[in-house]
Amino acid sequence: MTTLAVNPSSVAAFQPPSRGVLAMRYLRRNKSLGIGIALLVFLTLFSISGHLLLNVNKMAYPLAVKSKMPPDPGCLFDSTKQLNKNCLVLGSDFYGRDLFAVMARGLAQTAQIGALAGLIGTVVGTVLGFIAAYFGGVIDAVIRALTEVLLPIPVFLIQVLIAGAIDKKLVTVTTMALIVVLLAWMGPTRVIRAQVLSMRERMFVNVAKLSGMSNLEIIFKEIMPNLLPFLGSSFVGQVFAAIFASFGLAVLGLGPLREPLIGNTLYFAQYQAAIFNGWWWWPLWPSLTLIMVFGGLTLIMVGLDEIANPRVRRSE
Amino acid sequence: MSWSYILRRIVFLFFVIWVTSTIIFFIPRISARNPVRERLAELSRMTGFTPVDLEKIIAAYNEKFGLNKPLAEQYVDYMSGVLRGDLGPSLAKYPKTVWSLILDALPWTIALLFVTTLISFVLGNLLGAMTAWPKSPRWVKALMGPMMMLQGVPPYLLGLLLIFFVAFRLKLLPINGAMNAGTVPEFSLKFILDALRHQILPAVSMILSSVAFWALGMRGMGVTIQGEDYVNFAEHKGLSSSVIFRDYYVRNALLPQVTGLALAFGSVITSGVLIETLFALPGLGSVLGQAIAQNDYFVIFGISFFIIIAVTLLMLIVDIIYPLLDPRIRLNTK
Amino acid sequence: MTNPVLQVIDLQVTYYTDSGRAKALDNVSFTLNAGEKLGLVGESGSGKSTMALAMMRMIKPPGRVEGGQVIVDGIDLVKLSEQDMLKARLSKIAYIPQGAMNSLNPVMRIGAQMMDAIRAHNPRMSRGEMTDRCMQSLESVDLKREVFKMYPHELSGGMKQRVCIAISILLRPKVIIADEPTSALDVVTQRQVMETINRVQKDLGAAVILIGHDMGLMAQSMDKVAVMYAGKLTELSTVQQMFTHPLHPYAQALIHSLPNLDNKGVLAGIPGLAPSLLRIPPGCPFHPRCNQAMERCKSVVPFLKQTPEGRWVSCLLYEEEAVKAS
Repeated sequence: MTTLAVNPSSVAAFQPPSRGVLAMRYLRRNKSLGIGIALLVFLTLFSISGHLLLNVNKMAYPLAVKSKMPPDPGCLFDSTKQLNKNCLVLGSDFYGRDLFAVMARGLAQTAQIGALAGLIGTVVGTVLGFIAAYFGGVIDAVIRALTEVLLPIPVFLIQVLIAGAIDKKLVTVTTMALIVVLLAWMGPTRVIRAQVLSMRERMFVNVAKLSGMSNLEIIFKEIMPNLLPFLGSSFVGQVFAAIFASFGLAVLGLGPLREPLIGNTLYFAQYQAAIFNGWWWWPLWPSLTLIMVFGGLTLIMVGLDEIANPRVRRSE
Repeated sequence: MSWSYILRRIVFLFFVIWVTSTIIFFIPRISARNPVRERLAELSRMTGFTPVDLEKIIAAYNEKFGLNKPLAEQYVDYMSGVLRGDLGPSLAKYPKTVWSLILDALPWTIALLFVTTLISFVLGNLLGAMTAWPKSPRWVKALMGPMMMLQGVPPYLLGLLLIFFVAFRLKLLPINGAMNAGTVPEFSLKFILDALRHQILPAVSMILSSVAFWALGMRGMGVTIQGEDYVNFAEHKGLSSSVIFRDYYVRNALLPQVTGLALAFGSVITSGVLIETLFALPGLGSVLGQAIAQNDYFVIFGISFFIIIAVTLLMLIVDIIYPLLDPRIRLNTK
Repeated sequence: MTNPVLQVIDLQVTYYTDSGRAKALDNVSFTLNAGEKLGLVGESGSGKSTMALAMMRMIKPPGRVEGGQVIVDGIDLVKLSEQDMLKARLSKIAYIPQGAMNSLNPVMRIGAQMMDAIRAHNPRMSRGEMTDRCMQSLESVDLKREVFKMYPHELSGGMKQRVCIAISILLRPKVIIADEPTSALDVVTQRQVMETINRVQKDLGAAVILIGHDMGLMAQSMDKVAVMYAGKLTELSTVQQMFTHPLHPYAQALIHSLPNLDNKGVLAGIPGLAPSLLRIPPGCPFHPRCNQAMERCKSVVPFLKQTPEGRWVSCLLYEEEAVKAS
């Protein structure tokens, strides 16, 4: 019997690099994930610095006294104004609010909606998908029927109708999140159900059952770890869908109008014909930040997809 | 393809339509607002004239439109009307009927959404196929990065940027509207050209984000198809790269994309409504937006219902067309 | 009659992977005459499929043909331009793939897939002529004319394999490579396919290389057998010579391990595992598993040498004899 000769001393000298270094190396290779995360980190820092530098709670909300001053383009590009310490870096809007404060707060609230709706959607979807797949039978049929019927419905339509019908006072950041998640859970349900189904058939579940593990143990120790990549991408997907939908609603004027959500800002800009009047900075900077949010999330989703599905890796 | 399959699909879609119609019937009515009252109040505010018996007028109109009956009865009455093709009058724009409002707005919406979806589908899939094909030129493959980012950005934001750079800064195209202010629609070349000019920016915004979606999906398919044995064998046969690209690669990768087309029409409604708002186009989206602002029950229902029918019909068409394209499914009913 | 229709000279193929360089083919050489049938055997990873791909110039990155010549009908395929190679494929040298199940385009009719092969090489041919040629081809593999209009999924595995054979003979090539054409089939269909290949080959007078690992099949149909190990050609002899008196220790072990009706129940294997192509042992690659290994085998690399009987073997055991013969 022949064995491959291994040099023992070389084995001992091999030290695996730390987790952090491995993660950074991977991010460099998986460019989508890397850039996506970088964008979101940038935005987080942007929002945090806004909160630290300005009194956001006061400045992001329309002044009690409606100031009649026309919107100010700010001193980002105008060096003469920069000498004045009080100048607003990114300008102000029709209501006299400092745009930097508005964006900082708006981004934070967008993140809030995304996180809340994303979490609820993923949890509900996972639980339902799991129950359907694991227990099968009538339960599966019911859940599947529900998912299939609700899937073709143009969800945005329903969300618009709901947002339009409820009392304006009731619309807050939290209720936005709930409206948005109401019809969004079907996606994760399908995905998780398919995954659990395929796993149920596989050998390792049967082996676990034979070795006497209880149902609960099987669920948490065997199946859950394999679901993690799908849970991850479902979550990001839900966050994305939530922010997308809430943006759509806000832009139509159906959001919590008092809050400085970016969608709201754009709605007001539209309402006051900002571009027509030449106040281009008002819709522009918030749009750019939001483009970064969507772009970043999309890149992260693509990056996660590469991890879960190695076949899509660059064919270079 | 068997008839039972088509029948099952039709029944299923009918069911979806029914469920959705019920939902969109009841939602606007849960709010406490009465559109008749609001409209009359608005009218009296505008003209400065408050009729003495305002309440009586409101009650009379409520009676006329059946708004004072119990909800369940309203539901049955209205639905039976819908089945006959009668969508009722517009409460806020009385005496205009819902149908007339839909028909006025329809051409603008179809023109924009339908055309941009088709263009995006063709362009996007072609681009995606080329991005994954190893023999494509470098610059095509480089497009992948920006496309990945574009894919998730709502057309609204892209539209905003376009308005800023092209319309505002460069003054090449109009900022918004479907036609130049003050023009009356007519069937002249001048009008058509003007209308087209106004459609360019909205169309480009929609195409930019949809193209990215199709391109990325197609690229994923493309990578899978490339690894297939029949692409390999085609090479062994000595076929040229372009023939393999067209007959072996694209023809197979495109099939699953077609199923996505039905869903795409559905999501295009979402972006469509927002784009119409941004560019002030008088399509179905704007009319719906106005109706929601005025809580005009019948118009809200009419337009939403119309949209749902359109979407499910398109889904049905795709369901029927797909087997015709994929011979494996077509002949499997033996 | 020696009429060499295929000459492979010192063919070298290396794969550059993340884990290192793998020498898939190491100075492989042999010659085939018209009408000869060569069986190419070896374990998985020995380089037999790489050989087929290299001859068709289908080696893709990270693999590269590092050197050598593949001369078919007087033309060195390795030196051809991309365009010319496209023309050479199917017309001079054809390939019958391993998994016929998936080798046919699912959305094209069989006829269309045959026609586009002809059209790529003879664009001027009339439609009628092309159809006739296809029908002839189908007939010679014993398939009905109706198959022309059918789709791949309507055919059985054996029929699909025969379609692939039909496609490979459309342009009357000089060399046909059949890569494990029967591996995925049941025994009855195997026989059908082998008979088809034999018949077709006789009609064309082409040289056939049959790649596989079923020694029994080789014994039945082939004229010569070549044994590959770790990218090297270890022995090339006629079927008769190989099965009665194999020279190379690896070939000997292979023949010895074939189940024998005489000593039923006693199975002999070859100890050890084939080496990974990334870490080929120095000297003779087989020496760690060889029962006749000498001290020299660990450091000296044997080359393919011809024996007095005209057989080829790369083993140090026969170095002296070969030296004596030349």
